[in-house]
Amino acid sequence: MSMPLYKLGAFGDEASLVVAFLIGIGFGFFLEQAGFGSAKKLTDQFYFRDLAVFRVMFTAIVTAMLGLFWLGWAGVVDLSLVYVSTTYLAPQIVGGLLLGVGFTVGGYCPGTSVVAVATGKLDALFFLGGTFLGILAIGVAWPAVEGFAHSTDLGRLTLPEVLHLPFGAVVFLVVLMALGGFWGAGALERRLGGKGEEEP
Amino acid sequence: MTTPSDAAPAAVRRAPAPYMNPYLAGIGLGLVLLASYLVMGRGLGASGAFSSACAVAVGAVAPAHAAGNPFWQDYLQAGVGHPLKEWLVFEVLGVLAGGFLSGVLARRVRATVEKGPRISTGGRFALALAGGALMGIGAKLARGCTSGQALSGGAVLSAGSWAFMLMVFAGAYGAAWFLRRQWR
Repeated sequence: MSMPLYKLGAFGDEASLVVAFLIGIGFGFFLEQAGFGSAKKLTDQFYFRDLAVFRVMFTAIVTAMLGLFWLGWAGVVDLSLVYVSTTYLAPQIVGGLLLGVGFTVGGYCPGTSVVAVATGKLDALFFLGGTFLGILAIGVAWPAVEGFAHSTDLGRLTLPEVLHLPFGAVVFLVVLMALGGFWGAGALERRLGGKGEEEP
Repeated sequence: MTTPSDAAPAAVRRAPAPYMNPYLAGIGLGLVLLASYLVMGRGLGASGAFSSACAVAVGAVAPAHAAGNPFWQDYLQAGVGHPLKEWLVFEVLGVLAGGFLSGVLARRVRATVEKGPRISTGGRFALALAGGALMGIGAKLARGCTSGQALSGGAVLSAGSWAFMLMVFAGAYGAAWFLRRQWR
């Protein structure tokens, strides 16, 4: 086991900030290359016109998941040191819904809005301003919402534990689901999104 | 290349490059995420950086309020000696640089407003502001946004992240019919 490097003391906190910047460059580069600096491209997902958000997101999830699975199996990375965020089911369901509505209303999500600002989208500046206002609001109101935000604490819970299946079996199911989704995405675009007809 | 003789107007400059194939971009994004897990032991994020910036602003303007509020204190006590010397803050600065680099290479950096033909620019700005506010609130309740929860938590099979991801798609599709005039 030699990874994760930082958790095993390969470098310190100051160096981790340089790593953060470099990883961010890669993140921003591929978000922009995918077209995610454009609110129209992003929201086309929700009108079935272009399911690129689904394709990119699930390809990325499958790529990273398979890499971690195989490198964990080969003993290269200690998966117990890889951070898995705590599940707070009710606030994550409500927060997810709010975020989803905000995606269609605002056209971006926090990460993609940064890429949009970097490529000159003026509406993304307003979106970013709104994000700050939202955080300000919930921060000020925190004493009132803290109880709900900490409710339904299920700890470090993973899908293999929920489904009572081995890690490898869930990895396989996620890959199958993604491949099925990629196969179905084109059909959805043609049937519901009007792809192949004249562009308005 | 322009020469003094052809005096090309800006309108005929080379068109933006097409977007990358989504599966290729997804593999690239997935490898960046994998690298983050292998090197740092953590995934990607975005909204946390905005929270750090917001907390520092609140701490400067209303120090008494910030001192008594655990939400702001969480962010003000983070970081390598300063709340803005925080991992996600530096990562998001990288996202800004990486997005700009890609945009320049693809000739896509240009001041524009992204909207459909049937909504005014002012209306679009108002909806962008409102959507951003919903995102800010939702991301703090869910402890992360599309990057930190859906993408990063999704890849390590976190149960809460998958529930979150399903709800993001549900909320976005649910709102789509009402917002169609903004985009189409």
